[in-house]
Amino acid sequence: MLEIKNLHARIAEDGTEIIRGLDLTVKAGEVAAIMGPNGSGKSTLSYILAGREDYEVTEGDILYNGESILDLDPAERAAKGVFLAFQYPMEIPGVATMEFLKVALNSLRKARGQDPLKIPEFMKLVKDAAGSLEMNLDMLKRPLNVGFSGGEKKRAEILQMKLLEPKLCVLDETDSGLDIDALKVVADGVNALRAPDRAMVVITHYQRLLEYIVPDSVHILSAGKVVKSGDKSLALELEQNGYAGVIGKAA
Amino acid sequence: MNMHTETQLTPAESALADAFAKRLSDLPGDEAVTLQRDAAMQILKRGLPTRKVESWHYTDLRRLLNVVPDFDRTGAPEAVPVLIDGSLRMVVANGRAEAVKAPEGVTVDRYSKLLPKGELSGGLATYDGDDTVGAINTALVSDGYSIAVADGAEIEQPIELQNVHDGGQSHTRLAITVGKGAKVTFVERQTGKGAALVSSVGSLKIADGADVRYVILQEQPDDVSHLGQFQAEIAEKANLSLFIMNVGGKLVRQEVRVEMPGEGGHFELRGVNLLAGTTHNDVTMVLDHSAPDTTSTELIRNIVTDKAHGVFQGQIRVAREAQKTDAKMSCNTLVLSDEGEFSVKPELEIFADDVACGHGATVAEIDHAHLFYLMARGIPEKEARGLLVKAFLAEVIEELDDETLVAVLEQRLEDWFEQHG
Repeated sequence: MLEIKNLHARIAEDGTEIIRGLDLTVKAGEVAAIMGPNGSGKSTLSYILAGREDYEVTEGDILYNGESILDLDPAERAAKGVFLAFQYPMEIPGVATMEFLKVALNSLRKARGQDPLKIPEFMKLVKDAAGSLEMNLDMLKRPLNVGFSGGEKKRAEILQMKLLEPKLCVLDETDSGLDIDALKVVADGVNALRAPDRAMVVITHYQRLLEYIVPDSVHILSAGKVVKSGDKSLALELEQNGYAGVIGKAA
Repeated sequence: MNMHTETQLTPAESALADAFAKRLSDLPGDEAVTLQRDAAMQILKRGLPTRKVESWHYTDLRRLLNVVPDFDRTGAPEAVPVLIDGSLRMVVANGRAEAVKAPEGVTVDRYSKLLPKGELSGGLATYDGDDTVGAINTALVSDGYSIAVADGAEIEQPIELQNVHDGGQSHTRLAITVGKGAKVTFVERQTGKGAALVSSVGSLKIADGADVRYVILQEQPDDVSHLGQFQAEIAEKANLSLFIMNVGGKLVRQEVRVEMPGEGGHFELRGVNLLAGTTHNDVTMVLDHSAPDTTSTELIRNIVTDKAHGVFQGQIRVAREAQKTDAKMSCNTLVLSDEGEFSVKPELEIFADDVACGHGATVAEIDHAHLFYLMARGIPEKEARGLLVKAFLAEVIEELDDETLVAVLEQRLEDWFEQHG
């Protein structure tokens, strides 16, 4: 479903190269964990997959279902089924959360050739999804992410993922800022979305999240490329030996 | 009558002088009015202000108002549908006020009927030698309305004053008094079809304890020069909420001059300027807190795109005796294009020593991180930008606290964005 081939990318503004020859393949139905020390390019990779303009791809390609998505803007990628759960979801004052969800959902439906949802259908959908994530509906009456706690923001991201039904989910450090209870709720939400036709790329610094979202493959990122791949036991090896030990061995 | 200036007259200056000379005979007015008009013409004789005049620094009127169309009162411009359903509509078309039946508690006279009676000369006085908008209007005013709301009257039906034209020139006055403890909403519409010079001066005297909401919606076509002036005097414990939305015009100057001589008076200004094309839009406010315990807040939000240029000048003056004044002013601008421009000049002039006054101004572009977030959820770029623009203005519009009005103004914003975003 996702093939990243020899990807090189830099920060558009100052030309700093962050991704240096990254290769990664994720199949439909697979949950791939990307782990790596700070500064290894994990978040950058997630932004590039979603199409953030601040980064420039200088070499290589990203294929999604066999087609390059490099020329698509973030909205076009989302329409094709790419979803990024942000490490730091944006607070946007003045945009009501419900209005945002409705516009986003109906934009995707339109792009996918479906009719817009009627208000009662939409309300029911949101209510059901919010309930399963133990979210208070009052929260959704507030402006988007404004005044949400770290945990509430992460739940809101998973809520969006549930509603928008993407095919490729990229979760950027979804565990950061979560206590153990919130982590379980969020992980359950993610696990419920695992499906044979859906791939997930779970980016995390710590092994902890992977106890709750068990990956099919683990890839270690260092200095902008995948230096080691393996199954879930690789994450445990990391936990025991630290990045220095594992990356040292790889190099 | 001839204008003599040291420099050569611009075509606009000549046209104004000609208009005055030609129309002197058919401008109604008693002797006092004629004297006022002559005095106003003296101001114009010095020529239109350039950027060397401080209050016109960002709006070089002499350069920007270079052509003035002739008077043409042959047309019959149509009134427009009212903003709030059920409003009482009063229409001034091409500078002629239509007869109107006023609701109970309200007295309405046509200005042209009052001008020859010798009662209005005081109301026509200009502020000072720089009051170019007042001078043009005083020299050339033909009609308008004088409106009095009785003491204690609570007028539920909004009163909508429409100043419409179909090209040429139109010079209109609205003189309003609101009695003690009265409550009323006015909507002022400025619109029309065809190239025109419009001057419109409104004055509002609010007696003790009265509560007035006043909405100005300026939607001139893009070949109109619009000179507006709104004057208000707020007495003890009286309240004025003024909302101004500018969405059009080639050259727009909207002046706001508010005096607060009554203790405990409150004034609110909310402004939305949607600027596109090559429009030049200037909102200039002078606010005098001259009594103790007076409060005011001014919040201006602007969207600028294409090659438009916006200006906000806000001057708050607090007199020595106006202790405990609380005044807060802010002006925030979102610029959507490389060539859009906005100039802000806030000024506080404080002579009292126990006051809380502040001002702030920002000029920014759409936040790229916000835009990315919305687009990453599948919202196409134009729509995402629209959401962010709406969010930027939401605070100002939603504060109006009147569902109908909020819906109508949000629709205006959406239409504007659809066309220019």
